[in-house]
Amino acid sequence: MIEINGITKVYEGIRAVDDVSLKIGSGEIVTVVGTSGSGKTTLLRMINRLVEPTSGTILIDGRDNRDLPGHELRRAIGYAIQGYGLFPHRTVAQNIATVPKLLGWDKKRIESRVDELLALFHLEPSQFRARMPHELSGGQQQRIGVARALAAEPAVLLMDEPFGALDPIIRGKAQEDLIEIQRRFATTIVLVTHGMDEAIRLGHRIAVMDKGKLLQFAAPAELIAHPATAFVADLAGRADRAFRLLSLSPVVDLLEPGEASGEPIGAQASLKDALSEALWSGRAALPVLRDGAIVGRVTREKLMARAGQPQ
Amino acid sequence: MKGSALIRLLLLVLLVAFLLTPQSFRPVFQPFAANGAPAIYTQSSLLALTLSHLAMVGVATLAAAIVSIGLAVLVTRPAGREFLPLSRSIANIGQTFPPVAVLALAVPVFGFGPIPTLIALFLYGLLPIFENTLTGLTTVPHSVQEAARGVGMTDTQRLISVELPLALPIILAGIRLTAVISLGTATIGSTVAAKTLGEVIIAGLISNNTAFVLQGGLVVALLALFIHQGFTSLEARIGRQAGAMQPAQ
Repeated sequence: MIEINGITKVYEGIRAVDDVSLKIGSGEIVTVVGTSGSGKTTLLRMINRLVEPTSGTILIDGRDNRDLPGHELRRAIGYAIQGYGLFPHRTVAQNIATVPKLLGWDKKRIESRVDELLALFHLEPSQFRARMPHELSGGQQQRIGVARALAAEPAVLLMDEPFGALDPIIRGKAQEDLIEIQRRFATTIVLVTHGMDEAIRLGHRIAVMDKGKLLQFAAPAELIAHPATAFVADLAGRADRAFRLLSLSPVVDLLEPGEASGEPIGAQASLKDALSEALWSGRAALPVLRDGAIVGRVTREKLMARAGQPQ
Repeated sequence: MKGSALIRLLLLVLLVAFLLTPQSFRPVFQPFAANGAPAIYTQSSLLALTLSHLAMVGVATLAAAIVSIGLAVLVTRPAGREFLPLSRSIANIGQTFPPVAVLALAVPVFGFGPIPTLIALFLYGLLPIFENTLTGLTTVPHSVQEAARGVGMTDTQRLISVELPLALPIILAGIRLTAVISLGTATIGSTVAAKTLGEVIIAGLISNNTAFVLQGGLVVALLALFIHQGFTSLEARIGRQAGAMQPAQ
């Protein structure tokens, strides 16, 4: 649980972050979205005190984050950044082991944790342990960056545009991995991004920032359906908000008994994909496939109704 | 590549052989000796001169490295940033002040012997190491510095385990420059009675004996070559290991 209370950061008379308050629950993914200069990165960096606030407090699990010296606080909080910041003179294993080593874990425990994390990120430990960062692809470097952030099993993980430098396909995979890992460890994640798509895809709730102020803090569906300001509406994308809304729910939500012909769609596919397929193939209904069996159908009519503005 | 390594090995063997048994090279230098003068310098042992020359360069370079690296680390810390211009001036003055002038000023204070030469070499050697260390420490990629802070390293831990190792190849290049420059500069120390290979060159110049000048000059040149080579391959090895010059993406 992270409680941010009236946090403000003033740089040379400019309020980079202006009186922001929000509560992030344990095990929640909160995405902070905004244009560059909106103060989103500064907000993130005040949580682990890479930036000291001008005023306001931040409580992590009820404790003021100024109770500990900055470097000790940061050892307990995972931090992954754009560009990854891997130490170029250290092997993959040494990079991942950074925080456990600072915390004085014994050698055996560090080794097994490194191997566990490499396996978790689909990197064969025996192959990757001894590699140097410059021998890795961008996607692999990114995974090592997140593995390093998670090495000491932090309850909180801060991420600053961690997928910004990846190409779309690898980014999609990295986002899936993150969701999977978050489910597994119930890590509280605060992720800064400038892309609304990423914010919607990853965030249980989204904080929209502009010019240092928090404009809205809400679940994705709420944000799309009822944007607090015109800026939020613009950022959420007026033109394709219907599709964004559909993309939030799986096909199984609109599952109904009945027959339909043609290629089936998976029950966990998004409503957006279902509508797209229905329009593309000119069908009024699609059969729904779950665990290898057709369990019913989803109709174009219901899909379209669901895409309208919620009342 | 292989050919040049072979040539270097051959040169090393020749140099060692010459220093151990200079007399066996008499026929080589005889043609350069002026009518009837000795072809090989015998006033002092060439080996002893070489060792003393190297020791002087080594001590001066080591002292310059300790002071310059220390200064560069100091002025790149937040607390020492205001001393950056001052340190730059000191290092620059050391470089612009000709070693000969330093000798002339130091002799009345410290007398003849190795001390004035050591001071001249030390001052002359500060700038390359200082500037290179500064460059190395200030060009650690931003994302790496950010990550080092983000994982919870203290300032000292960041300096020792991230900044200095990443700057090491550039620092070594600075030390190499200083060592090679000092190797040549040390020869003038013989004018104030420091035991260096300059003694051989000066004896040749005074007695108009080209063979002596050649001997002294060649030994210094070969030493410089080997020191340069040694450092370059060390820098390359460390640099390759780190891949430090490649950006993360």
